[in-house]
Parts: sequence; structure tokens; C-alpha cells
Amino acid sequence: MEIFGFPPQLILGQVLIGLINGSFYALLSLGLAIIFGLLRVINFAHGALYMMGAFAAWMTQAWLGLNFWAALVIAPLAVGLFGLVVERAFLRSIYHLDHLYGLLLTFGIALLIEGMYRYWFGAAGKPFTTPDVFRGIWDLGFVIVPKYRGFVVLASLVTCLAVWLLIERTRLGSYLRAATENPDLVSCFGINVSLLTASAYVLGAALAGLSGVLAAPIYQVTPLMGTNLIIVVFAVVVTGGMGSLSGAIITGYGMGVIEGLTKVFYPAASSVVIFVVMALMLLLRPAGLFGKEA
Amino acid sequence: MKFKPIMTAALVAGTALSALPAAAGPDAIKVGLLMDMTGNYSDVAGRGSVTAAEMAVEDFGGTVLGKPIEVVHADMQNKVDIATSIAREWFDVDAVDAIVDSNMSSAGLAVSEIAVEKDRLMIMNISGSPRFTNESCNPNTIHYVYDTYALATSTGKAVVRGGGDKWFFVTVDYTFGHDFQAQAEDAVASEGGETVGSVLVPLNASDYSSALIQAQSSDANVIAFATAGADTSNAIKQAAEFGIGQGDDRQLAGLLVYINEVDALGLETAQGMLLTSAFYWDLDEETRAFSERYMEKMGKMPNMSQAGVYSSTMHYLKAVEAAGTENYAEVMAKMKEMPINDFFVKDGYIREDGRMMRDMYLFRVKSPEESTGAWDYYEKVATIEAEDAFTPVSESRCYLLKEES
Repeated sequence: MEIFGFPPQLILGQVLIGLINGSFYALLSLGLAIIFGLLRVINFAHGALYMMGAFAAWMTQAWLGLNFWAALVIAPLAVGLFGLVVERAFLRSIYHLDHLYGLLLTFGIALLIEGMYRYWFGAAGKPFTTPDVFRGIWDLGFVIVPKYRGFVVLASLVTCLAVWLLIERTRLGSYLRAATENPDLVSCFGINVSLLTASAYVLGAALAGLSGVLAAPIYQVTPLMGTNLIIVVFAVVVTGGMGSLSGAIITGYGMGVIEGLTKVFYPAASSVVIFVVMALMLLLRPAGLFGKEA
Repeated sequence: MKFKPIMTAALVAGTALSALPAAAGPDAIKVGLLMDMTGNYSDVAGRGSVTAAEMAVEDFGGTVLGKPIEVVHADMQNKVDIATSIAREWFDVDAVDAIVDSNMSSAGLAVSEIAVEKDRLMIMNISGSPRFTNESCNPNTIHYVYDTYALATSTGKAVVRGGGDKWFFVTVDYTFGHDFQAQAEDAVASEGGETVGSVLVPLNASDYSSALIQAQSSDANVIAFATAGADTSNAIKQAAEFGIGQGDDRQLAGLLVYINEVDALGLETAQGMLLTSAFYWDLDEETRAFSERYMEKMGKMPNMSQAGVYSSTMHYLKAVEAAGTENYAEVMAKMKEMPINDFFVKDGYIREDGRMMRDMYLFRVKSPEESTGAWDYYEKVATIEAEDAFTPVSESRCYLLKEES
């Protein structure tokens, strides 16, 4: 049996690999969507925060001698803390300005961070190996999956679901959403709006940090590892609808699969297919797949 | 949003050239390095290469023909226009006598043209395009350490001789990758091996799983990466993840791998990989002596291009002394006439096309258990003789070699 002249094993294999790559897209675009949805800041520093997460994982191993599980907790916290500093020191003074200022500011911050890391750690980056428990592969017959990648999919799914529930289904989440709709009114109820926006940025940054830790055993940990990814992730967020959390998650996984399938049918297009989808989406549904028309 | 003109001017000025003005007067012998000091290639070249040139000057004694020797460097930021404008300024204003390295082949080729125009000398250590000694060869330029032809050919021949005869290529999809693969395929075929498959990957693709799965399902016993820099690092890291080249009967071969990349990957990940290099710090007493001095200054071991900067700068200074002038043509004649014998190269010589002819080595990356300490990474498995590694005169596309015959 063949599908469009390709063996189904190959296609299934690529779908699975696409889901794995989609896990990173989903986690990162979820963080971006939270930050944009709640703060109206287009966070160009997201790729740099992701890179910081990967380096923080390396630091917990190389400097503190801790294992991967510790890194999985410490690194997102550290990146979140850095996010707090950025939010308090810079971002909060530009909330009332045009979106473009947030974009320029965070882009500048990203360049600064990446420049400093390159200065400190060198352009070639640092070694980070797969944690021992996840060494090895599963041979599923139609495709070979490294065990660690299976874990990444699971970790990403659980995290995305938890964050979505937190914001869409809890009281804290409802405060967050209300504060972005009408901050003045919400503060009249005695809710600390400034604290809420700060925590939204911290959450977004921590998610980027977590993606960085998850990525460290797969991709070479280098100061520039986030720069290529961030553009793809923005395309995912735009396609899903700016600010839509469920849109970001679903589009993240979906784009991973589309990219994987393109590698079967027409490999040369695999690096641009995401942008083609984004362009089509903007033409047909300018607000994105899950965005609300203004 | 309004930008005041003065702000814009300040920004432009800030990002423009940062060439260091040469301090000593025109009565000095000056060698310049156009390096990527902070970007992607700052580990493999950058400050380390400048340090190597400074060490050569220091070891030479600091003066030649009674004039002080000075090393100048600039951050060319991986931009051809910046490299060429600094080169012009160096030649025209600062009286730089020779440029002894430049990042990026494209920038190097442009600078080499300027050297011809200005009657100066150019030595290429870090970049690998075979064009320097073929289509774009000229009497002013020396290609000292390696070129991609030599790496592909050496790796191809030596690995087939060692039993790896069925090759699968993972190739980056632009001219560099295509050429690299074609040269390696020729070398593999010349030794009786065969290419059983290949896959193209886009430049800067971070995920190689699709390509690796195809490689895994082929019956290849060698999986070769015709890639460079971060692409190679990611591909090798993920090959280890998929269990390729570790514990199975396949070998990984990196066509262009610097020791800095092996250091960044770690032995756990890179172990078993085969690669070709012109130099390794731990080859003998002499290489260790130089490398340990370099280590004291830089905190890491030199790679082949950084060691090459030392060796070529030293050879240049000796030639200036022997010629008794800094005139490029006379110095170049001496450089081509004098054999090169130092820690970096034994019985090396510079061919008429500017190609420095030297043996290449095939190395295997050690496992963490085999390694006895920091930077103990390679085991030498084969030596490929210069004539076997580099483009033979009969295949040369350089007019300087054609004139001879």
C-alpha cells in the first residue's frame, strides 16, 4: 500500500517526528501567546530566554553537579526570575506605548543577552548529553524514536495542558484575563494588577526556559540556538491567532506535523512551509486560526 | 517614530569600521588579521588566531630588517564589505605588508583581489574554498592550512581504505555542501567504495531526525556529514541520540570538523567520529610545546587554522629576512623557495598556485573512557600524503600552474 507513492511507514514516521518538533513550537508559542495576550508585548527576547534555559541546564550540571531533573526545575525558575527583572526594569514602563516599542525593546534585549553569552561561553556552545534514563531508542517498526524524544512530547503536552487550565479555568487565570481587558476596573476590586502582569511575563519566560532545558539534550547548546527558532515560533503564533492560547498550542503541534510531512513530499520546501501556511492564513483569516476578528 | 539625523549618524558611526589604527609608523613590518572577533566563527578563529600571530612575532624576536614587527587585527563581522574596506585602509593608509588570515572564503577572495591590486601579500588559514588556488588563484595569495577538496578527498580515501566502503551523505543544500559531497564521492569511488544514498538538508535546519532515519534505513556503513559549524554539531548530536555510530556497525564521518566543535559536543556525543585535520595539538613533543604555551594564553588548545596562523606568519617573517626586503614579489619568491619545517608541518612547500602542500591526518574521536584529560580528544588513524590529499596539478584550474606546463 502506498500513499501518493510513498510508503505509509515513512509518512507515519514523519508525522511522529513532526509531533516532537511541534512540542517545542507549542511550548514556545504558548509562552509568546501568554505574553502577547496579557501584556500586549511582542516578546522578541523569547528565543534568547529559550537559549538561557538551555544554558541554565548546562550550568546546573557543570557547575552545581546536579542531574537533569534538578535542571528541569531550576532552569525555568532562573529564567523566570530573569524575566521578572526584565519586566520590572524595562517592560512596565512601555505598556502604554505602541506595540512596536515592546518589539524593539525586547529585540534589543535579545541581542544583548546573545552577545553576552557568546562572549562568556563562546560561539560553539557547551556539551549536554541525554539523561541516562532516556538513553537508547524505541524501534516501533515503522520508525525509530529516541526515548528522550518520547519524554519531550509527554512533558510538553502535560505542561501546555496545565498552563491552559491555569489561565482559562482558574480564579487566578480569570483575574489575569480581566486585568488585560480593563486594568483600571480590576484594580478597583483591590487586585494588584501590576503583580499580575509581572507574573504573566514570568510565566511566559519560564515556559521558554523549560523548552530550553528540554531542547538541551537534542540541539547543540549555543548562544544563537534561539535565533532561528524564534521566527518559526512567531509564524506559529500568528497562524494560531495572536494571543489565543489554545490556538498557539494546537497550531504548534500542527505546524510540526505539516513540516514533517513536507520533508516526505517535497524536502526542499520544509524550511519555508510554515511561512507559506502563515501567509495563506493571513490572506484568508487575518485574525488567525483561533483569533477573534476585531 | 522619528529618528533625529544626528542619532542616525551616531548609530551608523558606532556600527561602522572598528579597525585598530596602526600605532607604529610606516617603518614597521605589519601583518594584519581580518577576524570574526565576536560572531559565529570567533571560536575557531578570532582572538585565538590573533594570539597565534602575536606569538610568532614574539618568537621571531620582534624585529626584522631592523624594523619592529607589528600585528594588527580588526573585527570583520562576517561581512565582505567590511573586510574589503578595512583591507584597503590597511594597505593604503596603514602600510600593512601582509594579511595573514581572513574569515569567510567570500571575504578572503575579495581581499585577495585587493592584495593583487596593491602589490601586497595574502595568506589564508581559516577559510577552505578551493577557489583560492584554482579559478581565483593569483601570485599574491597563499592557501596554507587546508581546503575543502583536501578534507573531502582525504576523509573519503582514508575511510574507504579502513573498510568503510558504503557511504550515505547528509549534505547541506547549497554550493558548499554539493561540492563537498561531489569531491568526497569521487574519492570514495577512486578507492573502490560506493555511495548508497544521500539527503539534502536546508542550511541552519536544527532538526536532522528525518535525514538520520533515512541514513539509518540505508545499508551504508559510513554516514558522512557534508555540513559546517552549528549544522554539523546538531547533526552529530542527534545521530548519537538515534544510536547511529555508537554501538552499531556504522561510522560517522564529519567532513569539516574543528576541535572546538568536538570540545563543545563533548566526547560522550562525538565519540567514534572520523574527521580529517591538518593538525592536532597532541601529535608529538613539538606540537605539545607550542600548544601548551598557547593554552596558557587562551585557556584552550589551538585548532589547525590557529596553529597555521603561527606557522605561516613565521614563514613569512623568515622569508622577509631572507629576501632582505618587504617587497611582496621577492618575499613570495622566498616563501615558495624555502621548505617549511616546524611543529605544524614537516617538509611542507608552497606550490606555484599558492597551495601549501602538507600531509593530512585522519583522526577518530576518543570515547570518554579512552580520554585521559581535558582536550585529549583524537586518536590518529591514518596519514594522507600531500599529493594524495590536495588537487593534483593535472586537475588544477589555476593559470599559474598551466603556464609552467
